[in-house]
Amino acid sequence: MPNKLRSKEDLEALRRELIKERKSDRPLIAVCNGTACRPYGCLQLTEAIKQELSKRGLEKKVELRITGCHGLCEKGPIVIIQPGDMFYQQVKLEDVPEILSETVIKGTVIDRLLHTDPVTDKKVVHRDEIPFYRKQERNVLGNNVEINPTKIEDYIAIGGYAALAKAILGMKPEQIIEEIKSSGLRGRGGAGFATGAKWESCRHAPGDIKYVIVNADEGDPGAYANEGLLSGNPHSVLEGLIIGAYAIGSQQGYVYVRNEYPLALANMTIALNQAEQFGLLGKNILGSGFDFSVRINRGGGAFVCGESTALMASLEGKVGEPRAKYVHTVEKGLWNRPSDLNNVETWANVPLIINKGADWYRILGTEGSKGTKIFSLVGKINNTGLVEVPMGITLREIIYDIGGGIRDGKKFKAVQTGGPSGGCLPESLLNLPVDFDELSKAGSMMGSGGMIVMDETTCMVDIAKYFLTFLEEESCGKCLPCREGIKRMRQVFDEITEGRGSDKNIEFLEQLSATLVDSSLCGLGQTAPNPVLTTIRYFRDEYEAHIKDKRCPAGVCKTLIHYYIIEEKCPGCGICVKECPQEAITFVGKKKPVVMDEAKCIKCGVCSDVCKMGAIGKR
Amino acid sequence: MLTMDEKVTAIIKKYDSDRGQLVSILQDIQTEYYYLPEEALIQVSETMGIPASRIFDVATFFKAFSLQPRGKHLINVCLGTACHVRGGSRVLETVERCLSIKRGETTKDRKFTLETVNCMGCCAVGPAVKIDGDYYGHMSTDKVNGLLEKF
Repeated sequence: MPNKLRSKEDLEALRRELIKERKSDRPLIAVCNGTACRPYGCLQLTEAIKQELSKRGLEKKVELRITGCHGLCEKGPIVIIQPGDMFYQQVKLEDVPEILSETVIKGTVIDRLLHTDPVTDKKVVHRDEIPFYRKQERNVLGNNVEINPTKIEDYIAIGGYAALAKAILGMKPEQIIEEIKSSGLRGRGGAGFATGAKWESCRHAPGDIKYVIVNADEGDPGAYANEGLLSGNPHSVLEGLIIGAYAIGSQQGYVYVRNEYPLALANMTIALNQAEQFGLLGKNILGSGFDFSVRINRGGGAFVCGESTALMASLEGKVGEPRAKYVHTVEKGLWNRPSDLNNVETWANVPLIINKGADWYRILGTEGSKGTKIFSLVGKINNTGLVEVPMGITLREIIYDIGGGIRDGKKFKAVQTGGPSGGCLPESLLNLPVDFDELSKAGSMMGSGGMIVMDETTCMVDIAKYFLTFLEEESCGKCLPCREGIKRMRQVFDEITEGRGSDKNIEFLEQLSATLVDSSLCGLGQTAPNPVLTTIRYFRDEYEAHIKDKRCPAGVCKTLIHYYIIEEKCPGCGICVKECPQEAITFVGKKKPVVMDEAKCIKCGVCSDVCKMGAIGKR
Repeated sequence: MLTMDEKVTAIIKKYDSDRGQLVSILQDIQTEYYYLPEEALIQVSETMGIPASRIFDVATFFKAFSLQPRGKHLINVCLGTACHVRGGSRVLETVERCLSIKRGETTKDRKFTLETVNCMGCCAVGPAVKIDGDYYGHMSTDKVNGLLEKF
């Protein structure tokens, strides 16, 4: 058991000791063990490196660091070698011996493991030269590479908990709140409410017992920005939370984590235990006289629990139903007491602001949105992964310069931000700066950080229907407009996508949308029409093609499409014949195109997936 | 072997009978039995002094819970937006066809239960499928059979 740190001096002495240990001349291998690298087999890779090190008797001479997400998930598993900041991607088990003998021991670069710049087609050795990283400002996520998230020692060695010591030992709560207000930090959960103002209201709310809460119920489908941060650097979130608790006057905190994020849950649990052992949580933190403890609660797979009042109901052991917010949660929240709830990323920004000051923080960003924002850049894009960009950067820069453009040479169609509450933005808006207010003006929103890129093969009517289907399932059912309105809208989309649409559909959807916006109880219902309204606004021609011509231009809506064999391309190999579950395709002889019986086809698309020749057409 | 009664008692004790941790308690019971047995829920109700109606309210509200016994292997097909635009729903249809069950159902031999999830945090490798805690990325309709045959 480590000794509890009882003062700032204790913390600094420990830090000096840890830095000395880290600064040894040992080479370092940092392997990403983030959630997105797991399907690539990063755990097996880590094990292989461990075994190879011990086989060569190098366990003590080479440091192996198991880290959280490095960001460029598309190219996982990722391994970084120090000294030299060498970036290896898509590393396989059989590469391990060579990495040790060539790179770690001799310092030679292995060409085939390097990243290729998609523009210049040249190999890139160092991480910071990779275009994906060049335009990013990884202020919050950057430390993921520097630490093992399950070791508090790593976090302390890179300057962790210095902001906590500075805040609780050297600043008055009002000063901290003033600093946060002046930094311009706005809530990263989506709506973008001013964090400092929220803290201030909670501090001034009457009552002795107050609560602070980390909202880690990142339910937006297609967003894993919070997951990457919580599993990769849990202490940064915790440090922010403790500072906030001190500023607000709270002695009890909660972290509400989605149960679908087992790694984030595990690493946060470890972080809490370590912080307690080191005296950074509990009684008399760092000798300041301030007491604070934290509990973890797990979600149960309900999207609506990301809403603050629903989350608090769930924390009380009730069903996660929201309530009307005539009285704000900063006055009456959890157990009817003043409660401050902020998103994972918001909390992780706090130590940065305290350490470097509000003036430093304000340099990055736009008039109304300061600092950086983390996005999970996914969908039909070349470089999928977690990116952190300065506010004000354009969508085009994110998608083309960082994301490397659209996959498979296809054409960009839309980018979706803000999850089911957000909207789809078209090519004409690619120069829009990423900023809370600009995105809202365009009909979308910042959201918690999903950025899903869509190409010409994505049907925008289907996307709107997808979000409605999602929201229909996730609506808690408490208020009528949301419960029945979303369902009715989804039914209209069924009609449109099944070729039963009528001229009146669009007008009806717009009217019903207005009703939901005006009369739903919580954000889920109020913002549910956004995907519908933005797709009508920017992609009306696709709706009209479905309704008038009974045609799905992107080739997605099953009822409206037909598969057929493109005879000139088909060599008659018969792969599709074998894979077709309906036996709808028949083999008629060597080098002769196969024949499809459309009456048997269930449009599952397996034939199109297995055909290497592109001989399956869709119309 | 501990009885169900003893196991549930231990789980409740782990959370100090804290009513605020009801969801976590139910999660732990489900991890143990793959579903929420009625007897266990009644026991939670009686031990913690929470009306059974409230327990069932919570158990049926959250998507993660099942009141029906589940199969040996739990398949989660991700239907998050990133997986959807890359063909996640077609992967789901293929799994449904291969196993002759719909989502939410269990095969007759109790080998597989098929469920969907709205995002597992590995969007970069979508469409993604999780079976018993292991993640499989870049799924496509033609890979489903091979994957299921492993089990």
